[in-house]
Amino acid sequence: MEQTLDFSAHKRVQRRAAISRTVFYYVGVTLLAVVMLYPVAWLVSSSLKPADEIWGSVTSLIPSAPRFENYAEGWQGFGGITFQIFFGNSFLHAGVGTIFTVVSSALVAYGFGRVKFRGSGIWFSIMLMTLMLPSQILMIPQYIIFNELGWINTFLPLLIPRLGGDVFFIFMIVQFIRGIPIELDEAALIDGCGKVGIFHRIILPQIVPALVTAAIFSFYWTWEDFLGPLVYLQNPELYTVALALRAYTDVGSINNWGAVFAMLTLSLVPVILIFVFFQRYLVEGIATTGLKG
Amino acid sequence: MSEPSAVLTGLNPPETSASEPRAKRKSKDFKRNNAVGYLFISPWLIGFFLFAFIPIAISLYLAFTNYHLLRGGEWVGLDNFERMFTSDIRYGRSVIATFKYVLTAVPLRLIFALAVALLLNTKRHGVYWFRAAYYIPSVIGGSVAVAVMWRQLFGGDGRVNEGVINTFIGVLGFERVNWFGNPDTAIWTLILLAIWQFGSPMLIFLAGLRQIPAELYEAASIDGAHGWQKFIGVTLPLLTPIIFFNFIMQMIAGFRVFTQAFVITGGNPLDSTLFYALYLYRRAFNDFQMGYASAMAWVLLLIIAFFTLISFRLSKYWVFYETKEG
Repeated sequence: MEQTLDFSAHKRVQRRAAISRTVFYYVGVTLLAVVMLYPVAWLVSSSLKPADEIWGSVTSLIPSAPRFENYAEGWQGFGGITFQIFFGNSFLHAGVGTIFTVVSSALVAYGFGRVKFRGSGIWFSIMLMTLMLPSQILMIPQYIIFNELGWINTFLPLLIPRLGGDVFFIFMIVQFIRGIPIELDEAALIDGCGKVGIFHRIILPQIVPALVTAAIFSFYWTWEDFLGPLVYLQNPELYTVALALRAYTDVGSINNWGAVFAMLTLSLVPVILIFVFFQRYLVEGIATTGLKG
Repeated sequence: MSEPSAVLTGLNPPETSASEPRAKRKSKDFKRNNAVGYLFISPWLIGFFLFAFIPIAISLYLAFTNYHLLRGGEWVGLDNFERMFTSDIRYGRSVIATFKYVLTAVPLRLIFALAVALLLNTKRHGVYWFRAAYYIPSVIGGSVAVAVMWRQLFGGDGRVNEGVINTFIGVLGFERVNWFGNPDTAIWTLILLAIWQFGSPMLIFLAGLRQIPAELYEAASIDGAHGWQKFIGVTLPLLTPIIFFNFIMQMIAGFRVFTQAFVITGGNPLDSTLFYALYLYRRAFNDFQMGYASAMAWVLLLIIAFFTLISFRLSKYWVFYETKEG
């Protein structure tokens, strides 16, 4: 009798310890989440505040009265160019760039992953070696070449090189292709498929997840790209959103901070949407291949 | 095969022609695959020659000239390198700023990433959402929008008394900091931004933690190991390859950091945040000294290669690879 009592008391103590550990855990991770997300929340809330309130009650996250006019005013842009132009340019840059990158990467990956040809090993090593090159080395000569071609102030220098694919994605897709059973290829071969037929009937449907991952990363890297547009696009009509935001906030004396914060927030919406809808691909892409996020 | 690619598929040998001698068919097969192989990799191959190989050659040549975008230039031998290491004071400052950044931001980011990954490596409810919350800053962190916001958080543009961070510091009873006015503090706004974006290494650590077999922890428990001992004895050694991988990736990225410094501090004050890539950009595209900037780019490559090599050499003393005997 006494023993069982003792036992249940011990159990109770144990359970209480487990509960307090759980509470402690959730308080901790919640606090960290608040710290991590506070700047984002502050940005969004400032985009809905009247200008005087942004700096007047700077740490408050709830606007006294949401001011959606900030978005309309910010959308007007500057120098007579609206953000419609800038967003259009960014979608052109990121959209076309992504299509070029993904299509080429898939083709090249199939060549390296499934076709046996002389020199494939050497070319593959050379390709991986180019990953080590800092873009700073290529940037200057590329600029000189594109300048000679008269491509400055066009999107060509930002888009044409992407027809060569992206080494990171090629590598990722090659790994993916090598995981597909070769028997599928052989069966298709017996059915009379050539290498090209095998590519688009057997391989392509199988590598869709890898292509989606590549497309997501490509789009959001390009959307956030700053250095490329900064170097090649000097005409404000061609500015991407990133360049426009920089120019918008660089004038020194900004009166309408609400409008600025509204456009900062809006520029993050495509990336956040991608994150919300494709989180699984992002997480797996980073966790399995170490793609830099 | 009704596709437009029928012409290409025609390159492949008809598998059914049994009359053909086997050896001959095989060699033919090989040859034809060559054509198909090169056809498929041709986008990369052409791109490589036009946008990498030729530019590399040009860049290497430019590094030994005083080429100016508008005035042209001529061969100057090693002058650029001499100038870098002996007379260009700002170059020295940019190297120091970059090392300071890499040596603080990279370890701190990795420590945070590992600590949070350990925190999230549990089967408790809702962990998924916390992982998402911690990862969001990394998704948006490279953007200009976040850089502009970050500057305002720290009271940029003369808002020392209005910035969010300073307001909190004031509430806690400390003296407000003029973050961007002091060479010692300006770089910390960038380091803190880097730490805030610990998401990617965190995800990689999490994936690594999930790979550690539960039997090892059970065995450690039987041996009487407790939480901290298990971490030191099991988790940490098994995680060293991933720590090493993350370290290499983050270090290389750290040496190239550009956008944040360009937007948030502009290299100021007193060149304390004039990172290598930023200074290189200014030399190339503001001063048009493209010969000098090319030389800088090659030195950057050597710096990164040197530290990568050293890291690999040192890795055999602390990175633990378990699968030697399968």
